[in-house]
Amino acid sequence: MIEVQNLTKEYGRFRAVDDLSFRVAPGEVLGFLGPNGAGKTTTMRIVAGFLPATAGRVRVCGADIETQAVEAKRRIGYLPEGAPSYPEMTPRSFLEFIADARGIPPAERRQRLDAVFQQLHLEGVLEQTIDTLSKGYRRRVGLAQAILHDPEVLILDEPTDGLDPNQKHEVRELIGRMAKSKIIVISTHLLEEVEAVCNRAIIIARGKILADDTPRGLEQRSRFYNAVSLKLSVPELIPTARNAIKMLPEVASTELDEKNGRITAFPAPGKLPLAPINALAERQKWPLAELHLESGRLDEVFRSITGGATA
Amino acid sequence: MSGVAAVFKRELASYFATPIAYVFIVIFLVIAGAFTFFFGGFYEANQADLSADGSFFYWHPWLYLFLVPALSMRLWSEERKSGSIELLMSLPLETWQAVTGKFLAAWAFTGIALALTFPIWLTVNYLGDPDNGVIVAAYVGSLLMAGGFLAIGACLSAATKNQVIAFILSVVVCFLLMVPGIGLVQSVLLGVAPQWLVDGLASLSFQTHFTFISKGVIDLRDLIYFGLLIGVCLYANTIVLDLRKAD
Repeated sequence: MIEVQNLTKEYGRFRAVDDLSFRVAPGEVLGFLGPNGAGKTTTMRIVAGFLPATAGRVRVCGADIETQAVEAKRRIGYLPEGAPSYPEMTPRSFLEFIADARGIPPAERRQRLDAVFQQLHLEGVLEQTIDTLSKGYRRRVGLAQAILHDPEVLILDEPTDGLDPNQKHEVRELIGRMAKSKIIVISTHLLEEVEAVCNRAIIIARGKILADDTPRGLEQRSRFYNAVSLKLSVPELIPTARNAIKMLPEVASTELDEKNGRITAFPAPGKLPLAPINALAERQKWPLAELHLESGRLDEVFRSITGGATA
Repeated sequence: MSGVAAVFKRELASYFATPIAYVFIVIFLVIAGAFTFFFGGFYEANQADLSADGSFFYWHPWLYLFLVPALSMRLWSEERKSGSIELLMSLPLETWQAVTGKFLAAWAFTGIALALTFPIWLTVNYLGDPDNGVIVAAYVGSLLMAGGFLAIGACLSAATKNQVIAFILSVVVCFLLMVPGIGLVQSVLLGVAPQWLVDGLASLSFQTHFTFISKGVIDLRDLIYFGLLIGVCLYANTIVLDLRKAD
């Protein structure tokens, strides 16, 4: 369990994190979302014990991160932003150092090291110095370091940044496999990542929580949720069709994308306009090129919640 | 393995993973030799002695003044600049463990460089009949003094992300701690300051304490001086690091 209570962090007069409170339970994969400068990295640094908070407290598995720092840090695996490491070391010597510093018992050491080499596909680069590795490999060395001691809590600051689509997929699968037994907090600004790996998302901006929900719950806040879009193969019919759809009681409003001629019908509150529109199209014998049900759009929810906030 | 040992091992290995170790050792040996033979007139003196004025150990404070800050400047500045400090501080280590581990690694490294000056010891034994007890004491004193320089440098390195600033500050602070012990400077100071002040300053100087030890006089006070200096600097290092690590 991670418990964050009234966490505040000020840099001089600037309040980076503003009275933040939340809890994360085992089995949860929490996605931390927010525009750049929203306070994501600051929050993660405090929870990982790198930065002291100005006010408030953080407990990780019962251990207070300030007064019982070493105890708490034992339970945390942390990937800092940018996955820093020691460039002159090889992945093998680097991870052996982490094993020593974390006091992994000699009996388990070999087996834990081999396990992370294999999980993150590092076998081929173990003897190269880290500064000669690609960004993707460096990130994976950073991830290996975070999971080496099989921690109860994983805090990953942008774990897939700089990875190619295949590597992203692999890292997400790895996170998914570990998710059942652990508490995982990841920060990201990739919304697809939230959908792919998280079962809870917190959106923050200017240091405050603006939304705390499941990714699905967030999607439902989108005006596109249950909306229907359609395209006609005869463009001349578009104005008539749009008017007819607008008259349906299930439809609150419609929008026309002038560029590709797609009509989007937004549902009236609590209504599902797909079936009525489909029936209407059949009755009118509209030549449909496309008809589909929209799911919510996270990016749109994100934009509307954060109000385009940047810092 | 304890936290201090893990940090120590990594840090010491990192010297040898980069050219730093080899460059440092070669320069150290060349300059130590050059001072002894050219400035010190090792052969001309015709004495089997390494501690006399102008001889081998006499030059060590000057040698350390520039070489040790070159070693210590990267200890923390580099970690802060590259961000690896965030990784180091997320490990279940107390700050003092990391500080001690790094300091001991740098100290062990200067110890290795110092030990590699052994040919000069062989040389005096071949040429004459020196007092080897004095030479051992002088080596111990030299190592202690290197530790003092290093501890100051480590602390100043924690205060800045910029290695050049760390280097310059360390040289200046070490220089200020050195000069009050030099005879020439003392006589100049006596013209403008009272005797007690000059003596007080001299008793804070590396030079004073090192000179005693290098003559073969291992006095508890000199050992306490270097021990305290190192201890206080490392304590300050820990505090500075906790305050500044994330800036």
